[in-house]
Amino acid sequence: MGEHRPQESAGSPGTVAPARIDIVGLTKRFLTPKGETFTAIRDVSLTVEPGEFCAIVGPTGCGKSTTLAQVSGLEHPSAGSVSVGGRLVDGVTNGVSYMFQTDSLFPWKTVLANVMMGPILLGTPRKEATELAMDWLRRVGLTGFEDRYPHQLSGGMRKRVSMAAALINNPRILLMDEPFGALDVQTKAIMQTELLQLWEDLRPSVLFITHDLDEAVALADKVVIMTSSPGTVKDVFDVDLPRPRGDVQQIRHEERFLEIQGRIWESLRDEVTRAYQQTAGAAA
Amino acid sequence: MTTMTTTQQAARSGVADKREIDMQAAGRRAHTRRTTWIWVGRIGAAVLILGGWQWFTAAGWVDKFFYGQPSGIWDSLVHLFTVGTAFGTIWENLWITVQEAFLGFLLGTVTGVVFGILLGSSRYLASVFGPYIKILNSIPRIVLGSIFIVAFGLGVFPKVLLAAVLVFFVVFFNAFQGVREVDPGLVANVRVLGASPLQVARHVTIPSAMTWIIASLHTAFGFAIIGALVAEVLGAQHGVGLIISQAQGNFDPDTVFACMVIVAVVTLVAEYLITLLEKSLLKWRPPSRSEAQAI
Repeated sequence: MGEHRPQESAGSPGTVAPARIDIVGLTKRFLTPKGETFTAIRDVSLTVEPGEFCAIVGPTGCGKSTTLAQVSGLEHPSAGSVSVGGRLVDGVTNGVSYMFQTDSLFPWKTVLANVMMGPILLGTPRKEATELAMDWLRRVGLTGFEDRYPHQLSGGMRKRVSMAAALINNPRILLMDEPFGALDVQTKAIMQTELLQLWEDLRPSVLFITHDLDEAVALADKVVIMTSSPGTVKDVFDVDLPRPRGDVQQIRHEERFLEIQGRIWESLRDEVTRAYQQTAGAAA
Repeated sequence: MTTMTTTQQAARSGVADKREIDMQAAGRRAHTRRTTWIWVGRIGAAVLILGGWQWFTAAGWVDKFFYGQPSGIWDSLVHLFTVGTAFGTIWENLWITVQEAFLGFLLGTVTGVVFGILLGSSRYLASVFGPYIKILNSIPRIVLGSIFIVAFGLGVFPKVLLAAVLVFFVVFFNAFQGVREVDPGLVANVRVLGASPLQVARHVTIPSAMTWIIASLHTAFGFAIIGALVAEVLGAQHGVGLIISQAQGNFDPDTVFACMVIVAVVTLVAEYLITLLEKSLLKWRPPSRSEAQAI
């Protein structure tokens, strides 16, 4: 973890090849505080091609976030394996960026310092890191806000900062855990469109977790449906909407979109109903 | 026709402007009135308490031999600053006490922060040492002053030590809690970006715990002064605590009160400095409601 990976040449996207993600027979068990074991995900197998945008959809508590944590290398699988670009994940994977539902910004750092964190942690000289961060702030439309603190920004602007911070290191893999879950509908649509534009420039492989099927279909090349307790992969659907997709809000009205969305919903509906009945049963 | 409408509009907007200005002026007047009354109340309360004390002792209803008298306290303050004490000028003694309190404050804060962050970041260490820290926290630590004086003599060191012991626990518990409250998402984020454990501490854990640590410093300085004073009362060759214990032996409550006033001023100055530090270190924080309505 201490070793610094070689720094990609600053500001030139596409120098690092996106990596293929192979998840094979992945199982993760947790020890509850009482000492019992709890299986979060069982036997999950999944492949994300280099540069592919893969969305994972499923009911609450089906182990979507757990799957991401294994890919990032923050946690170790109980069984099975994850490999990125042909190399087995053991410890924190190189060239990965994470985006969470919470902004994950440092409230005590300015916008500029927040975006600079990635290059700084790689050992980039401060001057170079500043230039790179300024360029990224321009790309997400936040020029002039570099000296603000996160609490002085709106939710959508904070998301933009998070996006710049996640993409500045030109990651091979982008892991997104319901990144737009807490936004209002309009802001969400704008952020989705901007994410697609940025992604089309850099083309990292993406694993994108969401509850929102519309969001998954509008953004992804491939939608994976997961079932709950314990989490497993139920279905995989290809989304063959042409790229670049442009405005996310307009895709939603296209006939092809509705057709694909309808087919996937058939598969998802049973899971959502089952998960809901389980939680309702537990509450009663 | 057109000219008429424009003049009407101008007149109307003129009326609106005037109303706006009137409202702002009324708001300002209400604000001034409120501040005036607050100050009248404050000064009134001080006059009532000090005046009442002076009056009751002067009339003989309360014995000034035991309870002192405001005018007597003033006289003894003047005496302390012009004539001095049996142990040198008041400035020398005050300087020694402040030195002890400050060094104890520094020592206690540094050890408290270090231990708080260590135990806060390691679940294992926290489980091992948790019960001992609780036991140490529940013993009457002020009594340690006697042991320190027996062990280390009448010099400055035992006072620093007692002040540090009192400060340590306040700062320790806050630093510990502060580390526990760190957003796990932030930690995961920098770890994925390749941060070493040391970088995680530098960029996430310590700045995040800083809010809690700084909040504890206000109380901690008060404890440092108490530690230094009590240790001096227990046994010293210089210091405000010694003046207090001497005055107690001479049945001189006025000098005891005078020393209390002096120490209170020192504490207020320290408090002010800590607030300045807080403002500069925590300038990233959104202004809180309570600050806006300042009590």
